[in-house]
Amino acid sequence: MKMYWSYLRILFKSIAQYRLSFWLLAVGQSLTPLTGFAGIYFMFERFGQLRDWQFYEVALCFAVVHLSYTLCEAFARGFDTFSTLVVNGGFDRLLVRPRSTLVQVLGSRFEFARVGRISFSLILLFWAIGNLDIAWTAAKVVTLLLMIVSGMAIVAGIYIVTASLCFWTVEGLEIANIFTDGGREMAQYPLNIYGKWVKVFFTYVIPYGCVNYLPLLYILDRTQGSGWLYMLTPLVGVVFLLPCLLIWRFGVKHYCSTGS
Amino acid sequence: MRTYLSVGKLRFIHGMQYRTAAFAGIATQFFFGFVFIMIFVAFYSHSTVEQPISLEQVVSYSWLRQAFLAFVALWFRDSEIFQLITSGNVAYELCRPCRLYEFWFSKLVGQRLSYAVLRCFPILAVTFFLPAPYRLNPPASAESLSLFVAALLLGLLVNVAISMFIYISVFWTMSPIGSTMMIAIVGDFFSGMLIPVPLMPDWLQQVSYALPFRWALDFPFRVYSGNIATAEALWGILIQAVWIVALFLLGRWALQRSLRKLVVQGG
Repeated sequence: MKMYWSYLRILFKSIAQYRLSFWLLAVGQSLTPLTGFAGIYFMFERFGQLRDWQFYEVALCFAVVHLSYTLCEAFARGFDTFSTLVVNGGFDRLLVRPRSTLVQVLGSRFEFARVGRISFSLILLFWAIGNLDIAWTAAKVVTLLLMIVSGMAIVAGIYIVTASLCFWTVEGLEIANIFTDGGREMAQYPLNIYGKWVKVFFTYVIPYGCVNYLPLLYILDRTQGSGWLYMLTPLVGVVFLLPCLLIWRFGVKHYCSTGS
Repeated sequence: MRTYLSVGKLRFIHGMQYRTAAFAGIATQFFFGFVFIMIFVAFYSHSTVEQPISLEQVVSYSWLRQAFLAFVALWFRDSEIFQLITSGNVAYELCRPCRLYEFWFSKLVGQRLSYAVLRCFPILAVTFFLPAPYRLNPPASAESLSLFVAALLLGLLVNVAISMFIYISVFWTMSPIGSTMMIAIVGDFFSGMLIPVPLMPDWLQQVSYALPFRWALDFPFRVYSGNIATAEALWGILIQAVWIVALFLLGRWALQRSLRKLVVQGG
């Protein structure tokens, strides 16, 4: 853990050399979710409601997904760009160091410029909460935090699996975008508006629904029966991370250098 | 003219080699298409008033967008040109016995064309046979089909002409990140990439109609489904042509301006 912080410190110092471009990038990046959200806003303006969902409820859903996704992108960017490390043989260097490969890859990149998107999502989150009439309890606050953390765990898990596949394929796989970018696009709306196969896949295979939709029902008091079950569903996201880490381990063991 | 046609053709053949990459792309396009359509179906299911564009038309619009994404997406770009500019190797390009603007323009057209050709047929073929709400409906009439094809190809030229400004801007900024992002974000929104232009509020529609972006995307796809009638579509194609000429001349002028200032260091 200490090593990770020193990685971050060094990366931050290198970013601080290019201040203007950093701020421009940060502001520019926050525009993408902004236009996405504007799209949702205009759709609601025209249609009034989405099935039984009101605008601010969807806004909350959107904010939570984007927050956890962006946080994860900032932290785990090293895995996203991992294929370059395999292609140019840089991974060999990591292997000879007496530290965990996971921490080293994690520390190899940190996207500070995501601060723009993160703050946009945070503002949106508080704005949505402020406009929703929610009877807050300690349990609900915990649920909300769990949603964000577990969402991060799922995205990180997908990143790690995709990166592990590079051990065999060398090239990165574009198809993984379905699960990261596609998952985000999908999860920004409540899951029950989709067709059945989407719901099943994103609840039981990649559990976006468990960290986003089900606990959201609990926060909005739309559950029937015991709330505890809904409250604890985000933990599925953390469980999802475990097999992903195992695949990584397995990949590292079977790694053959490209020799370049 | 013949030079530029063959540049485009070469780039087209080059792009056709990447078939495996196209498979991954197609899978992604299908997924996104389904998600978008499900969202629209959900929105339309409770709508009591008549919307300016029907659900069937929105579905066609969505699938066509997915199939011809390479025609319409502004974030789709050639990193080779960026590298040429930032590394100074653009000097080699200037030694070629042809005009730089036209050279790059035809290269970009060929590239986008090859991407779209590889991806559009499987997507179109499958989506025609999907069950009810997801099906891509046939074009409204034979006229709208032929007008659609014309509008789509002209739209490709509009889009390439717009994207040329991204490359030109790199001569000044030296970093492709900022300008690409800005133009792509603004352009994708006003072209109707996120939500179809008729579903935007009125004031935003006015803005969008005044800008060139929608002529690449919103216009051809609505001609296909008959949301834009034949007579209006003919006028639209004329306006497309005017935009192409205007953007082309403006871009060529801007490129010449920036080349005059260009200093390439040796080494």
